[in-house]
Amino acid sequence: MLDVQKIRRDFPVLDRKVYGKPLVYLDNAATSQKPKSVIDALVDYYEGYNSNVHRGVHALSMEATDRYEEARAKVAYFIGAESAENVIWTRNTTESLNLVAHTWARQNIGPGDEIVVTQMEHHSNLVPWQLLAAQKGASLRILPLASDQTLDMERAESIIGGRTKLVSVVHASNSLGTINPVHELRDMARNVGAAFLVDGAQSVPHMPVDVADLDCDFLAFSGHKMLGPTGIGVLYVKPAVLETMEPFLTGGEMVLAVTNEEATWNDLPMRFEAGTPNIADAIGLGVAVDYLEAMGMDRVRAHEEQMTRYALEAFRELEEVDLFGPRDAAKKGGIMSFHCGDVHPHDLGTFLDREGIAIRTGHHCTMPLMQYLEVPATARASFYLYNTEAEVDVLVDALKRALRYFGNGS
Amino acid sequence: MARDELDDLYDACILDHCREPRNSARLESPDAETSAVNPFCGDEVYLQLGIVEGRVTGIGVQSVGCSINLATASMLSEAVAGRSIAEAEAVSERFRDMMGGAAVSSAEAKRMGDLTSLVSVRAFPVRIKCALLSWTALEDALESLDGGPSRPPC
Repeated sequence: MLDVQKIRRDFPVLDRKVYGKPLVYLDNAATSQKPKSVIDALVDYYEGYNSNVHRGVHALSMEATDRYEEARAKVAYFIGAESAENVIWTRNTTESLNLVAHTWARQNIGPGDEIVVTQMEHHSNLVPWQLLAAQKGASLRILPLASDQTLDMERAESIIGGRTKLVSVVHASNSLGTINPVHELRDMARNVGAAFLVDGAQSVPHMPVDVADLDCDFLAFSGHKMLGPTGIGVLYVKPAVLETMEPFLTGGEMVLAVTNEEATWNDLPMRFEAGTPNIADAIGLGVAVDYLEAMGMDRVRAHEEQMTRYALEAFRELEEVDLFGPRDAAKKGGIMSFHCGDVHPHDLGTFLDREGIAIRTGHHCTMPLMQYLEVPATARASFYLYNTEAEVDVLVDALKRALRYFGNGS
Repeated sequence: MARDELDDLYDACILDHCREPRNSARLESPDAETSAVNPFCGDEVYLQLGIVEGRVTGIGVQSVGCSINLATASMLSEAVAGRSIAEAEAVSERFRDMMGGAAVSSAEAKRMGDLTSLVSVRAFPVRIKCALLSWTALEDALESLDGGPSRPPC
């Protein structure tokens, strides 16, 4: 098991108080906190060897290039990629998904083709495909949910078919917590010759994810949800697919040679990384990966599953609370998404904030899912490796008081 | 102290309006009809005005969402009913000033009625938008009476 008390000491922000109360940070699905080692890595870069990468012959540039490429290699190893060449730096999951939409998808999707997503996608894995489908005369198909808010796999089997060119699915839902059966979905995609993309924004930070095991063509995720800095994300692309892809953004860094008339493209993966990259944050993400590797992703997942099991049990005391997503901790990530009787999520969020408890309220960038659930918003508490069962107790106690507060007036 | 601010935010007056919204019946054949929606939190306001000789003789406001939105919409309906269009515009402007931090004199507080209790929202900057949504609907409705096109309800 994880030594959570020891882990907590690595995260400076967890010491702070909010309105005089100890911070209970339960908004990890929005962004995680950062350990001291990641923060130090950023400072070390700017204080010790700040310079541009891949261009200089001087010592600082070589040091920066080494650390920056080392971070890429760490990420590649972390997700089981064939090589560091298959790891493209982006800003975040959203940019990773847009990169695929603007390159591979433009080259491979045409009139009459179908792109398949699920009812629980984040807007970032929906809107790019809506636009692409409209531009190409293709259509978007949505995999529906079953009554327990997992995917209806029988319907999926009938929807993924001969016209399907891409199956692009969220691995773990940010709104429901549902972990989708990505291996089965991959097999369905493979059977019809479609490409398979996994949105790993909520899975890569929280459980072992291995692209060799997933056998996906694309995996997208963000650094800031996995202890890394904001502004750095990753797109993994399978080697055979990456070689066929035209460039995304163009300009410096991504070219090999340029004349007045034309240009030739740089080696992979730099071909997809135009301009000076986010050096410091890439290095910071490498250090975040070191931290997670040292903890062990199996143990991170086991901790969060236990947290979720504990929370599911504790929430049974809250009769007025409607929970969304599966009730089985093994089938969901560390996300409790709920609606509290007649109390609007924003009123609840304000009440909890004054107790030092940070949760997210709103549609979580999944408005079509909210429409399907017929709620305008939900309240969401999400866990990470530094959260404790005692914090779940603080949350449940505050929820009981919030229900009394709004139920009986002040 | 934090709890005092929270108690101010959810004081008896605000919760009363929230639980029993005034003028919530939909107006049949209104002279102006608008809606305002905040897609980020799902708050919605639908507003209808009946106007006779430049005065608000009828108002209907139906709102969905958090307490602050519900209470404001209800208080707005009371503050505007019976007023001339110019007076209604002035109340709206004054309310926005108040949410922006302007001081409210005691004479003015009397004119504004229950609306002054919403001054507590200022301690919660992220919630100010909840208190402004219904005013957007009102301003659009008043503007449409001035000859501009009425925004169709959502």
